[in-house]
Amino acid sequence: MDLWYHLVDLLPFEWAQSGSMYFMKNALLAVLVISPLFGLLSTMVVHSRMSFFSDALGHSAFTGMAIGALCGFHEPTWAAVIFAVVFAVLFNVVRRYTALASDTVIGVFASTAMAAGIFLSTLGGRSFTKFNSLLIGDILSVEPAKIGILALILLAVIVLWLVSFNHLMLSTVHPALAGSRGIRVFWQETVFSAAIAVVVTLSMTWVGLLVINSLLVLPGAAARNTARNTAQYHLLSMLGAVVCGIAGLMTSYYLGSSAGASITLYLAAFFLVTFILRKKYN
Amino acid sequence: MRKIKHGKLAGGCSDACCLKLEDLSIALDSEQILDGVSFHLHCGEIVALIGPNGAGKSSLLRAILGQMPYTGSITFSPAGGPAIRLSDPTGAAKGSRPLVGYVPQSPTFDRGDPVSVLDFFTAATSRWPVWLPIPKKHREQAAACLARVHAQELLDKPMGALSGGQLQRVLLALALDPVPHILLLDEPLSGVDAEGEHQLLEMLDELRTQYDLSIFLTTHDFATLDNFADEVILLDKKVLCAGTPAQVLSSPAFYDTFHLRMGKGGVE
Repeated sequence: MDLWYHLVDLLPFEWAQSGSMYFMKNALLAVLVISPLFGLLSTMVVHSRMSFFSDALGHSAFTGMAIGALCGFHEPTWAAVIFAVVFAVLFNVVRRYTALASDTVIGVFASTAMAAGIFLSTLGGRSFTKFNSLLIGDILSVEPAKIGILALILLAVIVLWLVSFNHLMLSTVHPALAGSRGIRVFWQETVFSAAIAVVVTLSMTWVGLLVINSLLVLPGAAARNTARNTAQYHLLSMLGAVVCGIAGLMTSYYLGSSAGASITLYLAAFFLVTFILRKKYN
Repeated sequence: MRKIKHGKLAGGCSDACCLKLEDLSIALDSEQILDGVSFHLHCGEIVALIGPNGAGKSSLLRAILGQMPYTGSITFSPAGGPAIRLSDPTGAAKGSRPLVGYVPQSPTFDRGDPVSVLDFFTAATSRWPVWLPIPKKHREQAAACLARVHAQELLDKPMGALSGGQLQRVLLALALDPVPHILLLDEPLSGVDAEGEHQLLEMLDELRTQYDLSIFLTTHDFATLDNFADEVILLDKKVLCAGTPAQVLSSPAFYDTFHLRMGKGGVE
């Protein structure tokens, strides 16, 4: 971390002076880890039409937090991670064995999780307000140890992407075709949704439940407007996420707004720009 | 049940490179989808599977692909080798199964999908993660495979921008890498215009002589059967009729199924 603080000290910003404002420097590093992570996952969330699903995962993460808090865990995040992964796996199992459309299954899961979360967190007349911070998120409260965990997750997702992106892409394009080439479609989809579950849950505290899904949808959606192949798609999505992440954090610092919301607004502007520049056919 | 007469290999089954389906049945939720289907597919032959909607054509293909549980047996006898039984989907040891190339019914790509033909191809045939810039080696390999179906020029096109015929050719090129023993095509002629159809059929004819493939396809296009198929199998849960295109199209079973008379004079 010291190396990072020294690096940031070189920046010509008011908050970058050495020996002060560590929360801002931590937040900047966290954004630099979180944003490429979401940029990467976003490409596949958009490609496999799972934006509604990732939204539902946010809800389930909240329920996990409530369960964790109820059980008296000091750190309810881990309970939430476990719950979200179970939720993701269960969802895939149900989707596999039912004739219902995907979005219906997601709707069933999301509403159940949300209701359970509210039920548990208000049980016995308790106040809901302590969960408010989860809804908005506060990136300035991030601690170095948490950034370390996020960096590990980023590394894990990159490895996952190196190993199984091809198979995952084919599985979403045509499951039977993927199966005919020896790909285990069900496992690919399950591992991917579990990865989203972990990432969403771990970053929810800092980004905020209400806007976290936009980070999973907007970078990919914006990149899709102009990208002509998969490499361009990833580059644009990750680059856009990082640039908007930094810009959003700066804005939130100078204007005092929520960082998550500021980043989302920059991403929306990114989408607007690529939409105007979008590739035209014929 | 009637056994199929072998088209090119007159005088019965030579056992040379042959896929044998014996008494194949599929039941799903107590509904019988296929009931005691038996026939043989030979190398170098094009066999067309026809039948009304819901006749079990796609299920039959999926059973051969090992993606649907069935009873009965599917065995494959490679030229000069011992017969291999393709038992239940996961049962057969990897490597002993014959290579089955599969051309699915056109998958739908969004027009804006940022997946180029090269991306799609490389993703399916190599371990190189296609979200990184694709090295020249894979590019050349994909181009060579596309050249087999005269589609090199499509390499950098987005998958979503391809016409029905172009998409079929790309999927066909993919199914031919590696060159399979058996090539399955699910409705390859639907969504393809007359010229695309002509090109595709010409290509299949070229492939089966070049690679000695056994080609098995489903179709609803009866008018062209006579031009390319060695065998036609009329399926409606069971094999109703099988033989040369002329034999099947003029059979009572064909008339009963489709209420069409097809013959030398075309559709009446």
